[in-house]
This record gives sequence, C-alpha cells and structure tokens, in this order.
Amino acid sequence: MHPAFSVIFFTVASGAGFGLFSLLFIADTFKLGGGFTPAQLVIGGLVAMSLIVFGLLSSTFHLANPKNAWRAFSRFRTSWLSREGVFAVVFMPLALVYLASIWFEAPQWLRETFGFLSAVLAWITVFSTGMIYACLKTIRQWNTPLVPANYLALGYASGSLLLLLGAVVAGLDTLPFIAMSALIVSIAAVLKAIYYFWIRSPGLTPTINTATGLTRAKVKLLDTGHTHGTFLTQEFGFQIARQKAGLLKVVVFGLGFALPGLMLVWVFNAQGGQAAAVVAACAGIAGAAVERWLFFAEARHVVNLYHGAQRC
Amino acid sequence: MRLGLVIDLDVCVGCHACAIACKEWNASGTIGPLSDYQPYGAEPSGVWFNRIRHYEMDEYPNNKTVNFPMSCMHCEDADCVTVCPTGASYKRAEDGIVLIDQDKCMGCNYCSWACPYGARELDRSSGTMKKCTLCVDRIYDQELPVEERQPSCVLTCPAHARMFGDFDDPDSAVSRTVRERGGFPLMPELNYNPTNTYLPPRRKPVIPVETQPKGGLKESIKQFANKLVRR
Repeated sequence: MHPAFSVIFFTVASGAGFGLFSLLFIADTFKLGGGFTPAQLVIGGLVAMSLIVFGLLSSTFHLANPKNAWRAFSRFRTSWLSREGVFAVVFMPLALVYLASIWFEAPQWLRETFGFLSAVLAWITVFSTGMIYACLKTIRQWNTPLVPANYLALGYASGSLLLLLGAVVAGLDTLPFIAMSALIVSIAAVLKAIYYFWIRSPGLTPTINTATGLTRAKVKLLDTGHTHGTFLTQEFGFQIARQKAGLLKVVVFGLGFALPGLMLVWVFNAQGGQAAAVVAACAGIAGAAVERWLFFAEARHVVNLYHGAQRC
Repeated sequence: MRLGLVIDLDVCVGCHACAIACKEWNASGTIGPLSDYQPYGAEPSGVWFNRIRHYEMDEYPNNKTVNFPMSCMHCEDADCVTVCPTGASYKRAEDGIVLIDQDKCMGCNYCSWACPYGARELDRSSGTMKKCTLCVDRIYDQELPVEERQPSCVLTCPAHARMFGDFDDPDSAVSRTVRERGGFPLMPELNYNPTNTYLPPRRKPVIPVETQPKGGLKESIKQFANKLVRR
C-alpha cells in the first residue's frame, strides 16, 4: 500500500491526542502526583484536542473530492470510517463540557461523568480508527484484531509520554506518571512485537491460482495489459525491500519504545529532568510515525495477484 | 434479478476490444468522462473499467496462454458498498448492479481498498471513484433494439467470449452455460460472492514433441535427392 503522509499524521496525532485526553482524566480523578491545577488540566485538554483537530483536518487532505467530506458521517451503520468520524465529533462537545466543568468548578459528579464519557469515547474512536484497516479482508497484514490493539496501545503510549512531560513541567511528583508510561509503553512494545511476528508467516491467503481460478497448474503473469502504471499500481503497488523493513522495525523499537523507556529511568533518577521528558515524548511519537509508515508499506493488497504477485 | 457477465477464458483471444468498447461507451455515459492522463505522452495512463491481463498456465509443453478480462464482479456481498462512509457506493436491490453516485463520492479510496478485484479506479480529474456500470444506461434503454440492450463489451466481443444475463433465473443462458461448462468465481475464499463467472479453458490434448522417427533407407535417399534438386 502507498503510505499517504496525511493519513500517517492523522492517525499518529489523533491517537496521541485521544490517549492524552483519557489519561488526563485518570490523572485528574486520582489526583496522580498531587494533582494538576485546573488551569494545567484545561491546557492539557486543549493540547490533546488540538492534536485531534489537526489530525482530523489533515485526514481530509488525502481526499480527492473534499467538498463531499461532510457526507462521511452518514453511513454509521456499516462503515468504520464513518463511525470513526461520528465518534470523533461526538467526543468534542463532551470533552469541552469536561474542561468547562473543571474551569468553572462545576459539581464533582458533572466533572466526573463528562470526563468518563469523553475518555470512553476517545477509546472507542481510536478503536474505530484501527477497525478501518482491520475490517478489510483484502489485506492480510491488516485483517487481524492486533491492528486495533496496536492503534490503541500506541496512541495511549504517546499520550502517556505527553502526560509525563506535562507532569514534569507542572512540577508534580512524577513517580505515578513514570509507572503509567512504563506500563503502557511496554504493553505497546509487546503487542507490536506479536504483530510483527504474526505477519511474518504467510498464512492462508489468496494466491495467483485462486485469483485467476486456474488451480490445475502453476500460473504466471505474462502481460498486465496496460502501457504505464494505473491507479491500481500507484495505490497498491508500493513494495518495501525486506531488508529495509527489518531496519525500520529496529527503528520502531529503538525510537518508539527503548529510548522513551531509557528516558523514563532518567526522569525517575533526576526527579524532574525536563529535557529527558521532552526526548521521551518526541521519540515516542516519532517511533509511532515510523511504525505507521511501515504499517502501510508492509500491507500487501490481493489486487497485486493481478499484477504479478504469486501470493499476498 | 442478479445481472452479471460470464467470461469464457477458453475463447477469449485477448484483443482488448471489450475494454475499448467499454471506454468508448462509458466516456460519454452516465459516469463519464473516463479521464486519460498523458494519452499521447511518455507515460500514458487513465481510467478504465475493464482491463485484460494475460497469463500463462503450466510449463512447456503443457503450457497455455489465458487472456483474462476483468471488470466489476457486482458481488452479492460487496464490501466496497458497506465500507463507503458517504453512501456514494450502492448496490441496486432490483438487479444487483453496484454503482457509485458521483455527486456523493468524496474520493477517499476506501472502497478500492475493500475491492479484491481492482474494479474501482479513482478519476484524478473529477476526484471521484469510478467503476463498471454494467452499461446500466444501455441495458434498459427502450430506444435500442432488444438485442442491443446489452453491455458494450458483450456486444463488441468478436470471439463471443462474453455473455450477459440474469444469474437468479436458473433457465437463463448464463445460468445454463455456467452449469454446463463448470463456471467458477474468482477468489471465492474471500466470500464476496461475485456475480461474474468465468468459464475454464478446455483441457487440450498434449501435442507430442518427440522428433519424428526415421523413415529408413528409402526416406533418407528421398531427402538427399530433395536437397540436390533445385526447384
């Protein structure tokens, strides 16, 4: 699959934003590290929401006909893409009410209710983002429950690293935030490792034989029938060399999981250390972006069976 | 009704006439134009609803070239329709034709990701997805003579490798042909239940390729004489 940068930016930014918002609610409810002040909570919430909004806006850049984008909310009953849009839009007013109830010191039940609802919707939205890819039977590397699990884990890992940075800047006790980040980042790393292990094996997939129905003998493509590339070869023909993919997986683990983990130790030892927290957050998000690029680059659509692939 | 095509891989000669006829009809049809990019340039490309690929089956001396036309299969369980977020992609209840409403499409490409057959192509000029309409603007046209109310590709095929008809009717020509010739769908394991059906190439006898046995002394002399005598 051709990796579109607008979609990579969208999934990474909105994942981090939704992750940050839900974890902010947890930090607020349990007063982690002494508790953020209302102003800090509102700033954190607005940072999360702007990540989400910029992500959603960037996702419209890959549309060929964006003037019809508003129609994308209409097929909620069947389409995960539609569901994701609807959930993201429903999240916004709930999140705003939550932030407003913090700012205007509304009763605790109101604050907790709307905080909880927006945290749940954030979770559902990121799950829907993952399901956009996981529901496609045409791409074996995506058609697995590990995909929404990875989207959630990476979104929340990025969010937790951003929250840790917030805690360091706010001068809170960083210990609970370090513990939270360490747990979520290691879960994300383990899930990603299982995913990479899983897609390595060929699995039961369509082959050139089932794609052509010529199952009685070996089949090979002689001629694709087109002079130059088509929409299909441009959209689905992207191929990444195995060696390069392997190298990028090392980068994902090094940048996305190992370096933030190391920085957590640093923040723990220094009880503070803004630079380390900044590096952790930036590395975590950069790692997630590399992971997302690879997620697209490694996906092999079955239409490639009509362009010379023997199996997908 | 479940309208669709039968494609006979045994007779298809791979002339691309169906693709040309399709482009010609649909460029000015309900879904047209079908944009071309650099049609006379170095890298010609464009939107086509019908593409013909050429495969080779088995190894010499049992090998056979199979010409393979492909267009929208008008699947019974069309994921391209269910994944569409705008409702632009739809399947008609009355005849099973899968169509795209050009006024609703936002060009997100998601339906083309869901299609295993590569039937959908984005028109980069209009920014909308386009695909085979089964010549919906032709097959119901009361102005045309009855025998011409068929998709362009079917009418034009010089080898009669394409048939159009109703698969729901067990006595229709397409249903009978599929039964008699052992027609098969493509990638049935994905459970899209494609309507279009392919007929297999026949099992031809293998032509022996051993060198001819020697004809003895008489034959050798005849061959020697033939070499000497100038015609």
